[in-house]
Amino acid sequence: MASGETLTSGSYITHHLTNLTFGQRADGSWGFAHSAEQAAEMGFWAINVDSMGWSILLGVLFIWLFRKAAKSATSDNPGKLQNFVEWIVEFIDSSVRGSFSAKNDLVAPLALTIFIWVFMMNFMDLIAVDLLPWLAQLFAEHVLGADPHHVYFKVVPTTDPNITFGLALGVFVLMLYYSIKIKGVGGFFGELAFQPFGKLGMPVNLLLEGVSLISKPVSLALRLFGNMYAGEVIFILIAIMYSAGWALGIFGGFLQLGWAIFHILIITLQAFIFMTLTIVYLDMAHQEHH
Amino acid sequence: MNFNATLIGQMITFAVFVWFVMKFVWPPLINALNERRAKIADGLAAAEKGKHEQELAKKRATEQLQEAKQQAAEIISQAQKRANEIVEEAKGAARTEGERIKEAARAEIDQEVNRAKEQLRGQVSTIALAGAEKVLKKEIDAKAHSQVLDELVAQI
Repeated sequence: MASGETLTSGSYITHHLTNLTFGQRADGSWGFAHSAEQAAEMGFWAINVDSMGWSILLGVLFIWLFRKAAKSATSDNPGKLQNFVEWIVEFIDSSVRGSFSAKNDLVAPLALTIFIWVFMMNFMDLIAVDLLPWLAQLFAEHVLGADPHHVYFKVVPTTDPNITFGLALGVFVLMLYYSIKIKGVGGFFGELAFQPFGKLGMPVNLLLEGVSLISKPVSLALRLFGNMYAGEVIFILIAIMYSAGWALGIFGGFLQLGWAIFHILIITLQAFIFMTLTIVYLDMAHQEHH
Repeated sequence: MNFNATLIGQMITFAVFVWFVMKFVWPPLINALNERRAKIADGLAAAEKGKHEQELAKKRATEQLQEAKQQAAEIISQAQKRANEIVEEAKGAARTEGERIKEAARAEIDQEVNRAKEQLRGQVSTIALAGAEKVLKKEIDAKAHSQVLDELVAQI
């Protein structure tokens, strides 16, 4: 898309930031949205095929790899794959031990899933921004006979708020479940209503605690989404430089290299933060406050 | 930023993946890790024990060596004593044997001397008779003068 003459920088950016959405169009027929507006008109019952597909694909890859290592896991002489997987498992295990004080067999696998899955989804950011969308366009144009300008393809699932909120809400559900399971319904609502100002300050308490409760999943989702989205936008902006002459192109190449190296840190860090906060939130759900 | 059913799809996928990891991935891996930890701890304990035992064995070996040396020294000194005794005994036996042989030889010499004396006496008496015969130029009755002759012989 970078060399399209009919394409302005603005539409290039917009094109890269639009998901491939499948849903019911305004005229009642089912199909892919041809523009961001059309996607918005589809309402809630539409699906972002690209982010969902990559999310599932990467998740399955993660599951497959770890299951392979788990099936042949021995306590004797570990192979290369097992060594690598054990290194991650040990890291997750020590993180969970460090921040989670109660006993719950769900937390460590949950943390492992979040860390690896989010890392892999973030990692898609490091693949050249135009490569996979270009392949998707070629495929859609020549195999499916679609108009290439209408083929949207976002390869980084974590730049789709649906994905990050999906994860965060999953964690939120677990937080509520364990809060109520450990403290009982009364205990949980008591925590919301009678802290920190006692019985007399109940409305203020509810407001404060309610906001702090809701802010947990929202911040979890928005932090990841924001970081990844911003990173993606910068990659796209750098990519635009390639169509602005060889001098800017070479400069852009260095910029992209630098940003990609820096981004390795960001994608790992964001996956780690998401995991750690999940552990901490669940730990808070398991603890009785007095 | 439009929300749609992807949100729900992601939540379901998330739940499935977490369930799968919890069921089939995490337990075998963490078990393998714990097992190895236990094995290593056992191994270290065994090594410690082995080291301790080795030390004990070393000590015992030194003790035994000392004892053996002592015994060997004792045996050697006993053997030396015994050897001296045997040498002394042998010396004594040799001396007595020498005496005995000397005694026997002396007796034999005496016998030989006596025999020689007897023979000489016989011969002398014959020679004397022959001499006397020649001197006297006459036959002398051996029987009549045997007493005189015997006296002569005894004088030799």
